[in-house]
Amino acid sequence: MMTEIYDLIIVGGGPAGMTAAIYGARAKMRTLLIEKAKHGGQAATTEEVENWPGAGKTTGPDLMKQFREHTEHLGVEMIKEDVARVDLQGDVKVIETRKGNRYEGRAVILAPGAHPRTLGVKGEGPLRGKGVSYCATCDADFFTELDVVVVGSGDAAVEESLYLTKFCESVTMIVLHPEGTMDANKASQERAYANPKIKYVWQSAIEEIKGDGIVESVVLKHLGTGELTEMPTNGVFIFIGTVPNTEFLKDTGLALDPRGYILADPETMATNLDGVFAAGDARQKWLRQIVTAASDGAIAACAAEKYLAEEEHLRSEVLEPKEPVLAVFWSPASKESLDVLSWAEQANTAAGGTFKLARIDLYKSARLAKRYGVTQVPSVLLFVNGEVVDRLEGNFDEFTHWLTEKTAVAAANRR
Amino acid sequence: MLEVNKETFEAEVLNAGGAIAVDWWSPQCEPCKELMPEVEAMAGKYGASIKFCKVNVVENRRLALANKVLGLPTFLFFKDGQKVAELAGPEACTPEAIEAELKKLA
Repeated sequence: MMTEIYDLIIVGGGPAGMTAAIYGARAKMRTLLIEKAKHGGQAATTEEVENWPGAGKTTGPDLMKQFREHTEHLGVEMIKEDVARVDLQGDVKVIETRKGNRYEGRAVILAPGAHPRTLGVKGEGPLRGKGVSYCATCDADFFTELDVVVVGSGDAAVEESLYLTKFCESVTMIVLHPEGTMDANKASQERAYANPKIKYVWQSAIEEIKGDGIVESVVLKHLGTGELTEMPTNGVFIFIGTVPNTEFLKDTGLALDPRGYILADPETMATNLDGVFAAGDARQKWLRQIVTAASDGAIAACAAEKYLAEEEHLRSEVLEPKEPVLAVFWSPASKESLDVLSWAEQANTAAGGTFKLARIDLYKSARLAKRYGVTQVPSVLLFVNGEVVDRLEGNFDEFTHWLTEKTAVAAANRR
Repeated sequence: MLEVNKETFEAEVLNAGGAIAVDWWSPQCEPCKELMPEVEAMAGKYGASIKFCKVNVVENRRLALANKVLGLPTFLFFKDGQKVAELAGPEACTPEAIEAELKKLA
């Protein structure tokens, strides 16, 4: 049975993946979205969202529900599966899931997202779910009228601390930096400072989380003096950044940075592999927000569409024709390349139309040019059965002669 | 799945005997809600030998604390009234891990 090949497969159903799916569907690409758990990714467990333009003050779950409805409404095929293995190097990309299903697509957008980073201190693992938490919306309820600490000082740490104050008696932020310095945006910092329930321990880190079955205290280390103090608490919420969900992409030929983030061109989201794009938090980038994830998704989908159009053009005009193909790389800015185009057309017609002519605009098809090692215009490549058999670059003084010769060879081969 | 609460937990779980799986969840817990269909499916599959219960912790906070449930999702597995296994937190509560515990329990 022939498997259907998707135009676009998106791995990950967070804001980046869903936005890519919306753009993909609107561009009439046959789009498949694979998400292993809850659509919305990390945003779906972020309670307060106040920087999604146009929404005012909203919540992550609400916003992600709207994303999902929007995506579904456009007819995107969505499946709930966990991707186990990928083969991204060929023209047709293969995605295999843990259930053992296999999906094929001509272009892939990787938007697997990230998960919370762990502190790596003693007691953290055994007390996870026992007072150690990485999700305030999930667990805040348990700490009603109790005291908790929050580790971190970035946007997530401050915003989740504010959320926790709705439940907890006190929220103590453990901040690495000296007094008055936090990594979060200024607006959130000001709200935190104005909230009487939030306290601070500056220039300190957690050394150990203690408790018999449930969290009872944390051991804090002052980074200036090295002094250790034990502080009783009922819960430890950890928001110290994220780790990309790219384990399944290791050793696939895809370029990752040393921390596992996908390296992609910030202009087009293209990775080092043809037809493979990256979007969202799993990409090495400067600002990780819902809005930048959505932006990545939009760019990646448009770049994927362009890639598919180029590939289709290449196949139908250059690789698949039965007759030999003369591919002329040109640019509107190079008069010489326009001359070559016109000579090629005249000479070919005069010689009885031996070749099929393909015009390729170098700048619009930069990736294609790179694939065939074309760096200048004019350049002429002769394809037979999809393979480059000859090329002419640089000096076109003898072009007509060269073309006559190739025509004779082609004619001889046909006989 | 049987919804149990602070009034019924003792009778339905602790004193009921046999193999019992308890899913602790809350309406705010997105990972819990996402797991629910798969847990329901497992309840269908293993329902003959294991009793499946769920507790909404928002309405039963004390009961949760008494069972040292302090994070969601959490799954507790009981055999003849004794807790024999536990999965706590979204990383631990994967459908695969839950099913593995059910197989041990059945």
